[in-house]
Amino acid sequence: MTENEPTDHPANAAVSAGEPRFLTQDDLTVDTHQIVEPDGSYDADDVPDLDAEQFRDLYRWMLTDRVFSRRMVSIQRRGELGTFGSTRGQEASIIGSAYHLQPEDWLYVGRAWTPMFMRGVPMKDMILFWRGIEEGQQSFAEHNSQIAISIGSHLPLVAGLAWGMDLSGDDAIATAYLGDGATSTGAAHEAINFAGALGVPALFFCQNNQYAISLSADEQTGANTLAQKALAYGMDAIRVDGQDVLAVYEAVEEARERVREGEPVFVESVTYRLDAHTTSDDPTRYRSDEEVDAWEENDPLERYREFLKAEGLWADVDHDAIVDEIEAEFDAALDAANEFAEREIVEIFAHVYEEMPPELQRQYEEFVDLLDRRPELYDYIEQRPKG
Amino acid sequence: MQATIVEAVNDALHTEMAADDDVIVFGEDVAESGGVFRATDELLEDYGETRVVDTPLSEIAIVGAATGLAMYGLRPVAEIQFSGFLPPAFDQLVTNASRIRWRTRGELTAPIVVRMPYGAGVRALEHHSESMEGAYAHIPGLKVVAPSTPHDTKGLLLASIRDPDPVLFMEPKRIYRSFREEVPEEDYEVPLGEAAVRREGEDVTVISWGSMMPATLEAVDELDADAEVIDIRTISPLDTETIAESVKKTGRAVVVHEGARSNGVGGDIVARINDEALMYLEAPVERVTGFDTPVPLLSMEDYYFPHSPRILDAIENALSA
Repeated sequence: MTENEPTDHPANAAVSAGEPRFLTQDDLTVDTHQIVEPDGSYDADDVPDLDAEQFRDLYRWMLTDRVFSRRMVSIQRRGELGTFGSTRGQEASIIGSAYHLQPEDWLYVGRAWTPMFMRGVPMKDMILFWRGIEEGQQSFAEHNSQIAISIGSHLPLVAGLAWGMDLSGDDAIATAYLGDGATSTGAAHEAINFAGALGVPALFFCQNNQYAISLSADEQTGANTLAQKALAYGMDAIRVDGQDVLAVYEAVEEARERVREGEPVFVESVTYRLDAHTTSDDPTRYRSDEEVDAWEENDPLERYREFLKAEGLWADVDHDAIVDEIEAEFDAALDAANEFAEREIVEIFAHVYEEMPPELQRQYEEFVDLLDRRPELYDYIEQRPKG
Repeated sequence: MQATIVEAVNDALHTEMAADDDVIVFGEDVAESGGVFRATDELLEDYGETRVVDTPLSEIAIVGAATGLAMYGLRPVAEIQFSGFLPPAFDQLVTNASRIRWRTRGELTAPIVVRMPYGAGVRALEHHSESMEGAYAHIPGLKVVAPSTPHDTKGLLLASIRDPDPVLFMEPKRIYRSFREEVPEEDYEVPLGEAAVRREGEDVTVISWGSMMPATLEAVDELDADAEVIDIRTISPLDTETIAESVKKTGRAVVVHEGARSNGVGGDIVARINDEALMYLEAPVERVTGFDTPVPLLSMEDYYFPHSPRILDAIENALSA
């Protein structure tokens, strides 16, 4: 065979005459994997092989996510944080997917912080981050974790991290959390295609929480599902009920096995953002109370509680005591964050380059000199009305 | 009517959508929610869903599709939600929008407007606070506009939408709602490419634009000298003549901007002053700018952009040299 002959790529294998046939979305059936139904019923044969402690652990982490969101929204309202985005309603999706993460794996998230707590990031640093204090992110990095703010911008990076793991022969995976909105960005398309083409250990965990600020998922794309997008990039996908923590757990467990073998996987977790996009957003402008109420009924914690009761595990769970423990952990983290030392001007200039270039050094020294000569500048800045 | 800057944006959009059926407005969250800053409020109600469109989260497609729409004869006004989200679409500005006229020898044009709030100081997250007009003004074929008052905002936005070339319209979000002034209800334009002299003076020329104008005027008010204040308004193409004439009169100049200093617009303004008025200078031209660092996260961002005491210090320095 010369180089100019057609290859035996599957696309060339079958030919047909007559009327051209459309390839349509209806040719594809995309099931949504589910173990526990919304009313709490399930088939015992489908339940993942976890021990009682692990089942309770899943609940505890879901509760951590919920309590942390509630407390953060509350202190934001008191002016103790900048803009904050809650994860209420997405706990099963977030915890079920993160339960498999290993310390050597990399994790790049949008707003899924509990997976970072699960790998050792202190709550204090997450509070510092949302207060706009750069130092919070140092411990994220120490635990192979990062938060991406610009939507979808992290996905090519994750493809590169996974590529590095592949080149190094490391037994680890790179996991990116993204949302329904991110799948519309150019960066997502390039990243997912790149990972698929290179065959690198990347897991793209997409939380389809139905809204990207005001835009609903069905206006975000003409595709029936987000999972099917992976196929175009040569990647396998799973669509899972994101309100069912056990289904998410199992889907990501299986996905992870495939990813470790160098086959990237895309998971679409179907969930719902119960709170506003962020504390700056008013969701009543674009969604109905009826819709939100219906999803409140589909609460992932409630559903999992029904499962734990049916398994006889609920009696061992002291819900109120767990909440108290998480509240106490949050209180301690908040105290530690409040004690974070007064910051120095040099921090603006630190870590831009490994070695501060002369012009930047000059700008720093000029500014320090100015603050010495005009101390009123401090008051001026501190008293400026904050947006 | 008395209006803020963001209300003036909204008024200009209503004015031009009523006047010209070819104008369409689109971007993330612009329709149903009226924009995250309410700049596009009520447009959907008045002009319908074919002319006011919520797009997917796709900056490349927003700017690239605007260019295609404009080549096809429409007048797109696209919104990029925050300045830090424009970089993905930088490729479309450089590769296509700014070059269509040149590439086709004038057969096709891309009269688009890309609007976006810019600047620090509203306690936003990373990538929400950039002032990168220097990067955009470096693209030949693209016009870059940054109003500082409600009156100018309406007039400049109307002129931008009607302009035959692509315009990046940078809205100073820190002062979106910080003051009101009289904005005429009727249709009017503030021409692109013309600076405004905000204060007349004899001793020193202070040049600024957009988000930095209030702090600049505040500094000048504190000054024990007679400063002339120039509001550039259009960063590209720059009104060199107004700057040069003023510096020839005063012999001293200070440039104030929020973006990083190195390779910023201030450097170019100093070069033009050297070109046109070097022999009139009695002191080196001072620059008061953001630092050559990323905009800090919210806890320290207020230390990043120049405040009036810093501007005042530089003006006094220029006066004493």
